[in-house]
Amino acid sequence: MAMEVTQILLSAQSVDSTVRKHAEENLKQFQEQNLPAFLLSLSVELASEEKPVDSRKLAGLVLKNALDAKEQHRKYELVQRWLSLDVSVKSQIKACLLQTLSSTASDVRSTASQVIAKVAGIELPQKQWPELVGSLLSNVHQVPPHVKQATIETLGYLCEEVAPETIDQDQVNKILTAVVQGMNANEANIEVRLASTRALYNAIGFSQANFSNDMERDYIMRVVCEATLSPEVKIRQAAYECLVSIGSTYYEKLAPYIQDIFNITSKAVRDDEEPVALQAIEFWSSICDEEIDILDDYGGDFTADSDVPCYYFIKQALPALVPLLLETLLKQEEDQDQDEGAWNLAMAGGTCLGLVARTVGDDIVPLVMPFIEENITKGDWRQREAATYAFGSILEGPSPDKLTPIVNVALGFMLTALTKDPSSHVKDTTAWTLGRIFEFLHGSTLATPIITPSNCQQIITVLLQSMKDAPNVAEKACGALYFLAQGYEDVGPTSPLTPYFQEIVQSLLNATHREDAGESRLRTAAYETLNEVVRSSTEETARLVVELVQVIMTELHKTLEAQKLSSDEREKQTELQGLLCGCLQVIIQKLGASEPMKYALLQYSDQIMNLLLRVFACRNATVHEEAMLSIGALAYATGPNFAKYMPDFYKYLDMGLQNFEEYQVCAVTVGIVGDICRALDDKVLAYCDGIMTQLLKDLSSNQLHQSVKPPIFSCFGDIALAIGENFEKYLMYAMPMLQSAAELSAHTSSVDDEMIEYTNSLRNGILEAYSGIFQGFKNSPKTQLLIPYAPHILQFLDSIYIEKDMDDIVMKTAIGVLGDLADTLGSNAASLIQQSVSSKDFLNECLSSDDHLIKESAEWARLAISRAISV
Amino acid sequence: MAPPDPRRPFKRPAFSDQQKRRDISLQRQAQNRRDAQHQARCLALTTMTLQNDSASASEPEYELREPDFEIEPEAAVKARDFDVREAASLRGREARRWFAKQLMLPEWMIDVPDRLSSDWYACARPAGKRCFVVSSNGVTVSRLRNGGLLHRFPSALPNGSRTNNSNRSGQSYCILDCIFHEADQTYYVIDMVCWAGMSMYECTTEFRFFWLNSKLAESGACTDPSPQHKYAFRTLVVYNSDQEGLKAAYAGPVSYLKDGLLFYNKHAHYESGNTPLVLVWKDENCSQYVLDTDSKGQIPDQQQVVLELLDDGRLATLDDPPVIFGCLNSDFIQKMGSQTGDLLRFSINEGALYFKDGQLERADLNYLGKPNRARAFADSYSKVMFQYAARHSPLRIEHLLASIESSNHQEITTDADMLG
Repeated sequence: MAMEVTQILLSAQSVDSTVRKHAEENLKQFQEQNLPAFLLSLSVELASEEKPVDSRKLAGLVLKNALDAKEQHRKYELVQRWLSLDVSVKSQIKACLLQTLSSTASDVRSTASQVIAKVAGIELPQKQWPELVGSLLSNVHQVPPHVKQATIETLGYLCEEVAPETIDQDQVNKILTAVVQGMNANEANIEVRLASTRALYNAIGFSQANFSNDMERDYIMRVVCEATLSPEVKIRQAAYECLVSIGSTYYEKLAPYIQDIFNITSKAVRDDEEPVALQAIEFWSSICDEEIDILDDYGGDFTADSDVPCYYFIKQALPALVPLLLETLLKQEEDQDQDEGAWNLAMAGGTCLGLVARTVGDDIVPLVMPFIEENITKGDWRQREAATYAFGSILEGPSPDKLTPIVNVALGFMLTALTKDPSSHVKDTTAWTLGRIFEFLHGSTLATPIITPSNCQQIITVLLQSMKDAPNVAEKACGALYFLAQGYEDVGPTSPLTPYFQEIVQSLLNATHREDAGESRLRTAAYETLNEVVRSSTEETARLVVELVQVIMTELHKTLEAQKLSSDEREKQTELQGLLCGCLQVIIQKLGASEPMKYALLQYSDQIMNLLLRVFACRNATVHEEAMLSIGALAYATGPNFAKYMPDFYKYLDMGLQNFEEYQVCAVTVGIVGDICRALDDKVLAYCDGIMTQLLKDLSSNQLHQSVKPPIFSCFGDIALAIGENFEKYLMYAMPMLQSAAELSAHTSSVDDEMIEYTNSLRNGILEAYSGIFQGFKNSPKTQLLIPYAPHILQFLDSIYIEKDMDDIVMKTAIGVLGDLADTLGSNAASLIQQSVSSKDFLNECLSSDDHLIKESAEWARLAISRAISV
Repeated sequence: MAPPDPRRPFKRPAFSDQQKRRDISLQRQAQNRRDAQHQARCLALTTMTLQNDSASASEPEYELREPDFEIEPEAAVKARDFDVREAASLRGREARRWFAKQLMLPEWMIDVPDRLSSDWYACARPAGKRCFVVSSNGVTVSRLRNGGLLHRFPSALPNGSRTNNSNRSGQSYCILDCIFHEADQTYYVIDMVCWAGMSMYECTTEFRFFWLNSKLAESGACTDPSPQHKYAFRTLVVYNSDQEGLKAAYAGPVSYLKDGLLFYNKHAHYESGNTPLVLVWKDENCSQYVLDTDSKGQIPDQQQVVLELLDDGRLATLDDPPVIFGCLNSDFIQKMGSQTGDLLRFSINEGALYFKDGQLERADLNYLGKPNRARAFADSYSKVMFQYAARHSPLRIEHLLASIESSNHQEITTDADMLG
């Protein structure tokens, strides 16, 4: 059955694209015509020692791709396809794969390891291939080193591929024993030791029981720590990777080892090669992550409900850890600010310092200040930059009380450095530090303002000046201005930025027009800052924001007129369109929220709409999303007059609703349907058949991202509320969908926070749908159509009440639905309502809620019920 | 089997402006959805309330519309179609009657209610004209207690001027219970009846005040006057009616001329007409108008009362059920040319109210004449009694404070008893 595929596989790697394409076509045909033979041929090719390494490797790769895909839906299909193959074919393939582990070609062995893990990933959860782990482990001690290496590598991949509960503890123990023994100094072969260390990384998640056993844990930790001292740099790096993973997986078991770990990591940070030193720093960063999470759970009070207690490792290590990290700050690279992908010791050290500051708060300040004071004025840029970076890093965590006096002293110095320092590195870090100051220490919630009438002008002048500096510096200056504006978001009717508004806007627009604005994300940063400046603006500058509409429209128009672009230019153009649509959206939303300004905005609505419709001609998800959001904001501002745009806009709305691959676009479009329903009211009726059809299709598709479901349900409510009893014809489709979703969401057996959150958003969507439908049908002679659904809806309300895991939003929506049901169905539902728990305990609980929105809905429900049952 | 890249975000703020744009849009949509739902519910609430109002007083429960509709279509339609927006444009007698029925009228405090310190709020009442302020259809109208028009003006209240018309303008309106204070030309809001279309009738005082304080400031109605907002609105500082709160309301400085204190029961709903759950109390220190004046603005030697003539000649107070002060014989009525429903003014002879078991038994009245035509109501029993007491043995601030003190003592004693 197996066929000769060597030549095709070699041709598929040919430099000649015609040959290559032909070969790829052949492979595709073979796969489509006879899948079992195709897969078998590939496995035979992989296993044949006499075949060229290149064709064998590609055979393995194609085989692997036939078993797994990134995209969930495709992955599911491939899994089903493999499971349905003939057992004898699968056995032959698996035999070939296992045989390949003995190959002398290491690349081929490694490919086979990965394919075996993929097959295991499909079969083990199905209780198939039960002998795999046993057969891999049975001869691990008798085989030659290269086979041992491949076997252990396979075990590592296998642990990565399958869930821990798939493998029983006995086998886990055996895997772990083999892996840890392979890491041991007694193992002579370096490749085996490396493979074992890497395999342990994947096996850590499986080792819950072993880490709970003191002896086993001691042993594993000893072996890992020894491996960090291996003469082989790759082994040391892999060992630290294990240590990082152990640190975050078994934080609560670390106490006995933390002193030793500190000793070896500080040696590594100071003396070892960079890849190792980076991992050593990462260990402490990940411990910070853990402690920040735990302390977050504590929420400041000591009646904590965190599962894991905080051991304050960072606090204890502080006196030694901080100097260690400060040392790293001086090891900058020359051009790290221009290099997007750079990651070096100074960067890792500074990042870790920032995390340490967040973990320990005020305690870090006295440890860092001497370093800053000593270095900030030195002649060597490295020292000045390190001092500034240290300062910027500790601005999040310590209390404003502690930091504000220091910042008040430092601010003037920083502003001078940003204009005068000869080093671009120092300027970059200084601008970033200013941004951090404004992000964490400026805003209406802070008692002492950092920015005062006496320094405001200077700050703004310096930042605007820096927007003309090198792109990386200018980008940081934009960032600083972003946070400066954000701090004034709720400043009231008079903003300190008002006198500078025009100048700021002009400087930002100038920055977007710079030739080099594509570097260091400058253009994006400038537009985003413009957005924030608009958001935080007040009525005082509303006229200027209106003028900005024309400026942005002109820019957008330019991008649409540009022709004959190279693909590179087109990509830039698309990005720019996205930024401009985003900006337009912010402006529309801002002006639309103020009654007088809305009318100033609406004089441009035809032009805006015209431009946005042209933007939809571009095939780019981000741009569509931004344009959609702009249209939603415009529909809200326009109200019923939006009807005139619907004939042209509808097809894009329809396209958006169909775009479930790019689910963000789909979700955003669903939201826009709601905006349009509220704007058009019953005039939306003409479009509802199309919209409802698409929404129902989306819901039935198993490809739809789950996050889009709740908004679709809410959207049902929006539509029903707008078109009233005309929703009748959709009831028979919408109601069963709501009902089955309601049943699913009524009971969350999961303790997973994320799952509970999703369930609540789903409930909220379902409830909003019910509310909209009841309110829509009110006073209609067709009200009785809803009566058959009432028992289930009341049951749903009762069940989520009994479940006790709803959030405040669901509580508010749910009790509102009770009122809507009573209001619309009246005496027809009186006895049903009286039998429900919701109308008693749930209602009473809501009536005495502290949340006024819940109380308000409950008052409504109480009234509607008392009226319904009084007859 | 590759471990994750240890690279962390470097010099990047942990936010995405795009995500922020998305989130803000979602918030706006959620808010708009809530508003739309709310709007639908509010219409229902207002209709219910108005129906309730048009129903007879002996049937306080709401009636279901649908069955009504079948049985008596005309009546139901009539009740439903009549709403406050139309009421705002009513003129003359119709308007007076409608508005006169809508205001909640405090009783006068003739004795100290139980649990004053825990269940009641106290605030200093501004001197001025009690009125309803209604904003709808882009205009704001204020009407006095007797229904007469006070001002017609643009305001920053929802739908109170043309410039802040919303999309759903027709349905969004407000009704505020106010006192217009002449000196600073300001409307002091003493209660909130409807806000942005939402009826507050069935809400507790606690909730109404909370809503009033948060929404009024938000609307911009508290800002200084401007062409689009002709009069400023202000809320009162409302205290818990405990020792300190009461002292603050009584003696604390305010921006307006005080005219007594208002006491609100925290759990009471807004009810049209007289209610014992809102009380007014005055003495010379906190009001210039403790004793009623006559039509010339003078304090008469003898207390005067205005009573309503019932069809059998009895003279009744405003209360429901009315308190009867006496009876006129039909000859006298004919001679005066009075008819049922007329208001008549009497003076009370010195010391001439007779009580039995705490109930008024008899009053010696002298007929004085008909009151001013603008007068829409008879006096309430509590007002007569308060005025009577003010002339003889007034209820003093010390009594109020003492009652709070003694209720505190009582609680302590109860605690001690439980321990014993």
